[in-house]
Amino acid sequence: MDPMAAKYIGAGIACIGMGGAGVGVGTIFGNYLAAAIRNPSAAQGQFGNLLFGFAVTEALGIFSLVIAFLLLYAV
Amino acid sequence: MDPIHQFEIKNFFPVFRIGGTEIAFTNSALFMLIALLLISLLMIGATRSRALVPGRMQMLAEMSYEFVASTLRSSAGPEGMKFFPLVFSLFIFILAVNLIGMIPYAFTVTSHIIITVSLALLVFLTVVIYGFSKHGLHFFKLFVPSGVPIYILPLVTFIEVLSFLSRPVSHSVRLFANMLAGHITLKVFGGFVVMLGSLGFLGWLGAVLPLGLTVALTALELLVAFLQAYVFAILTCIYLNDAIHPGH
Repeated sequence: MDPMAAKYIGAGIACIGMGGAGVGVGTIFGNYLAAAIRNPSAAQGQFGNLLFGFAVTEALGIFSLVIAFLLLYAV
Repeated sequence: MDPIHQFEIKNFFPVFRIGGTEIAFTNSALFMLIALLLISLLMIGATRSRALVPGRMQMLAEMSYEFVASTLRSSAGPEGMKFFPLVFSLFIFILAVNLIGMIPYAFTVTSHIIITVSLALLVFLTVVIYGFSKHGLHFFKLFVPSGVPIYILPLVTFIEVLSFLSRPVSHSVRLFANMLAGHITLKVFGGFVVMLGSLGFLGWLGAVLPLGLTVALTALELLVAFLQAYVFAILTCIYLNDAIHPGH
């Protein structure tokens, strides 16, 4: 196979990992909304935890995006 | 048009050399100095009057103090407050550097892994050295959770040690990867605007879409710039809590 083609295929495959981050972020926001509708008065206190969980989960998807970018531009 | 071009390190002038390696003043060092200068001016200027009823700038300084202090108190307890200078400097420095990086043509210092690894290793070594000097060999209780059946204890201990050792890696790569990926994404979508715009009138109409997306991504990146500084600080607090109170 042409090494350039392998590079692009590899970058595409690396992006599959972002799907996991999508599931994770969806779970976090979905559960937050479900809990906030049940008990709206407690929702504001957990907003910091929500953003923290979002940032930590999103970072895992960003890892795979970085692998894709490194394959595209840096290798 | 190369989106990786923005992360290039440029040497401005050589400062000194160690062995065969030249230590130069780079654009990275320049932007760190700018961040340092801005923070010092803001903090010293804001707290100079020390009014009982704070003005706008003093309010900003007090709010950022209270924000970091409450985070540290809630995750590491009142004993953690002796590490407040470390956590506050880390948070404000990363926040300033991230936000300065959002200015067009500015250099993002935290998009280089050497910077984030240095910061993460600083935190990691602080935890290890403080933990051993305060608790001695009791610090190893961190790896042996109580109440675990004896037959799976070796496995649990092994996993605890592994997760402890991989902390500086995830701690540094999280910040680095977020800044790198965010800035590359912005440049890629900016490139789409230029590419479509060069096609003529129809291209201009099409270029509105990536332009709008670039604006939205810039807003997201501003949020990420703050969130990643916050996440770095809160993880530092959580790791320091392990050094202050080992044993689960």
